[in-house]
Amino acid sequence: MPPVRGPNAVDIALTVNGHAATAHLPSQRSLLELLRGELGLTGTKLVCNAGNCGACTVLVDDRPVYSCITLAVACEGKRVETIEGISKDGELHPVQEAFIDHDAYQCGFCTPGQVMSIVALLRSKAKPTEDEMRRAVTGNLCRCGAYVNIVKAGMSAARRGTK
Amino acid sequence: MSLFSYAKPRALGEALRLLKNGTIAIAGGTDLVGLIRSGLARPEGLVDLTGIDGLRGWTREKGKGLRIGALTPLADLETSPQLQKLAPMIAQSLRDAATPQLRNMGTVGGNLLQRNRCWYFRDEAVPCWLKGGTRCFAAEGENRYHAILGAAECVMVAPSDLAPALIAYDAEIEIASSIGRRTVKLGQLFVTPSGRQRKEHSIKKGELITSVRISDAALERRGTFLKAMDRKAWSFALVSVAASARIKDGKARDVRVVLGGVAPVPWWVPAAHKLLEGSALDDNSCLAAADLILASAQPLRDNGYKVTLARELIRRALRSLVA
Repeated sequence: MPPVRGPNAVDIALTVNGHAATAHLPSQRSLLELLRGELGLTGTKLVCNAGNCGACTVLVDDRPVYSCITLAVACEGKRVETIEGISKDGELHPVQEAFIDHDAYQCGFCTPGQVMSIVALLRSKAKPTEDEMRRAVTGNLCRCGAYVNIVKAGMSAARRGTK
Repeated sequence: MSLFSYAKPRALGEALRLLKNGTIAIAGGTDLVGLIRSGLARPEGLVDLTGIDGLRGWTREKGKGLRIGALTPLADLETSPQLQKLAPMIAQSLRDAATPQLRNMGTVGGNLLQRNRCWYFRDEAVPCWLKGGTRCFAAEGENRYHAILGAAECVMVAPSDLAPALIAYDAEIEIASSIGRRTVKLGQLFVTPSGRQRKEHSIKKGELITSVRISDAALERRGTFLKAMDRKAWSFALVSVAASARIKDGKARDVRVVLGGVAPVPWWVPAAHKLLEGSALDDNSCLAAADLILASAQPLRDNGYKVTLARELIRRALRSLVA
């Protein structure tokens, strides 16, 4: 039988942006709380905290998920990637570059989540159609309404290639 | 949110042993985490099913039909080209279900067992009938998203898009518990809250859905799933329709029309299936079937539009089977 853990704080070991990470958290805490609180990775944003907006989107085992409604304890042994992990050696990721070139934001609060959704799409499909790009960000709300430029930025990154 | 213990078994047997009073099974958690946070679910312990690899993925064997593991992420079904060919209504129903993130997290079993979206039910401060209170606040309150058909004490609607699609394939589900296994028609999983039954599902404590099965014969049918939303993405169905039939020499056989978003359970009317047997699915026949399905509709103050919407969606879905 597997161990029953908690309800008090438990040790959680996972990989975040390629590095081993550990946290000590009660079982009701979210992956978002682990990332922002325990690990200080505040690039991932807390907005609705209910899986309704997409600002907290990160990749778990390569798939975009809402970290605010993902239990941290359920991420034991998993591979998590956040906005902090996609730039390499101080160079922005091509999707981030494209967001700047296309002015794909206004307030910027949804941007990390939008970028992570597009990064995941381009990894699974290097040359998506515009409809596929649009659908990839349907789970990321932008209340400033920058959608048109977000899709343009994503398509531009796809054209230039993201390696 | 209250504290709970957590266990992640690797085998179904272990999971069933861990599921005892006070514990709740969790998979993607897309519905359950919110229910726990708002106090609508109060588990002492969670049993995380996602470590049970044998319940993930789907297989097709001639003679045995299609079997989909209950822990298969919705995204895997939506994006599989083979499954899109084999059972097109499944991918169609998932295409506009929630969002990519939620489809990555959410599983087949969890989708079928998700709780309803009524805003009075979801508001922890409202003691509605379904939560043990004495009144359905939606029946006389804000009810534009609520039931037009089949409601009793509670006017909630079945929220799943996948369920009508699967029922239109006559899907069965396998249910396991520590005392054995049983197989039921998926349609029987959903029950209209009424009397002492203050929940939407017939699954019992300690039971888990392990798989969904569709027969080879049902996979022969053509199928179309249509969904009306009040925006183009990330919305529950105002009305959804799954229509299927075997088409031979231009005539329809084994017709199924199953609606979501209109009643407390996925809704179908056997007499309408009978009416369409042998039909060429021309406009008049489709509308006659729609009128039969909607004949007992009792719209509430704000949801009369659903009758009009359902009538046209039924016609379009059926027509597309012969287009």
